[in-house]
Amino acid sequence: MIIGRRKLIAGLGAGIALGGCQKILETEPADRLASSLDLFTRDAQRLVTDRNALAREYAPEERSPEFRANGSRTVDTPEYRRHLANGFADWRLSVGGMVARPLSLSIADLQQMPARTQITRHDCVEGWSAIGQWTGTPLSHLLQLARINGRARYVLFRCADSFGDTPYYESIDMIEAMHPQTIMAWRMNGQPLPERHGAPLRLRVERQLGYKHAKYVTGIEVIEDFRSIAGGKGGFWEDRAGYQWWAGI
Amino acid sequence: MVRRHRASTRAWHWLNVVAVFTLLMSGMTIFNAHPRLYWGQYGANPDQPWLRIYATRGGEGFLRVGPLEVETTGVLGVWEKDGRTQTRAFPHWMTLPSNYSLAEGRKYHFLGAWLLAIAGTLYLLWSLANRHVWRDLLPRRNEIAPRHLWQDVKDHARLRLPRGEAAARYNPLQKLAYLSVLFVILPVMVLTGLGMSPMMNASWGWILDLFGGRQSARSVHFIAACLLVAFIVVHLVMVVIAGPVNEIRSMITGRFRLPPEKGDTP
Repeated sequence: MIIGRRKLIAGLGAGIALGGCQKILETEPADRLASSLDLFTRDAQRLVTDRNALAREYAPEERSPEFRANGSRTVDTPEYRRHLANGFADWRLSVGGMVARPLSLSIADLQQMPARTQITRHDCVEGWSAIGQWTGTPLSHLLQLARINGRARYVLFRCADSFGDTPYYESIDMIEAMHPQTIMAWRMNGQPLPERHGAPLRLRVERQLGYKHAKYVTGIEVIEDFRSIAGGKGGFWEDRAGYQWWAGI
Repeated sequence: MVRRHRASTRAWHWLNVVAVFTLLMSGMTIFNAHPRLYWGQYGANPDQPWLRIYATRGGEGFLRVGPLEVETTGVLGVWEKDGRTQTRAFPHWMTLPSNYSLAEGRKYHFLGAWLLAIAGTLYLLWSLANRHVWRDLLPRRNEIAPRHLWQDVKDHARLRLPRGEAAARYNPLQKLAYLSVLFVILPVMVLTGLGMSPMMNASWGWILDLFGGRQSARSVHFIAACLLVAFIVVHLVMVVIAGPVNEIRSMITGRFRLPPEKGDTP
């Protein structure tokens, strides 16, 4: 009898505690703490890892038989259809912002430059992974060519695809931007980059989750701060759904 | 009344309650983003999962583990919230936040993870320094003799719990349970969690090798979480059987009333 009543009280207490859990976490200070943890996590990860450490590269036979395409699988505009029809011969990639020498490059221009090929694992924030081979121009090469300003802190990617009326964009910091495996990829698994994977050009930033890997890239912008751009959080999903800007975990 | 549980143990216990429940519930939100588990380096929709929670077009929920399939309509895969049918793996009352948001779930998960890691590390160091691990947790040699362990299993099965002085100490099965949570399950949770981070993978590739790939690490993370839930269930049942008020008070204030020896009780 007594135990029964005590059990009831304990059970009620546990129920209230669990229900209250979300209420507490939704308060302003708890929310601010949780949000600021994003950059704390980045700093902690940087502290215990090598800045230049390479993401694992796999053997050709370790690739996924089928590489899942996610997010935008096409760009739903007549211009893009036209680009697709003529093999992206007129596609231009601009490199601008805080640079001494802005660039406007065709895919053919990029393919004349030094290239890197890597078989890496793509990790989606949702939890799945796929392994594929990518060939592209190292971003560091483009940034050096454009001669970036010493005050620059981020590199922002403008994309042709959009969700509704909102264009996709993403940003990474200089450490990830200058990393040797960070490339503007125009080939995948030995073929020209397929439409659903971001043709003609997508970012590969191998130590970050999938949503950072901007597809259908039209512009690279070197900036000091992203707070005045679009929703101010540094990327489409960051603005739209509150995804963490730091996508290293 | 006796003193039981050091202040460090009591403080850590409750911090860990908060951390573990935050982690388990937000972890289920994250699982809901892709309710399939794989073995190996890669794994996505075109690949074969070993565990999957899903909804059929006919509106039934299923859990599939290897070749086994169980209908789970109402609890997993398909369930109702406010009279509306939802088709996500874990139901709203298990997840944090209760409305599906991967971004929020991840935010809470990392909040819980930092709490677990910081509090856990401090507690572990403190417990090594004050010899809590040796004095209270490591079983004595005679306690892990097969005969003694078997006796303890039988006592547990008959719900015959230690009384008197012995009740203030941990019994052998209890010690083994706590040790495996402290030194196996929690470290595996942390390692497999880090093993899913592409940033950590680049520098700490040994975690990938230890578990056999990122998707294997994700699977082990899930299995270890299930073991942790199993531990919590048994732990709570034992608290209720042993006397919830006395047990919970001893974990809050450190004051424990020794259950009277047999024969002393009316």
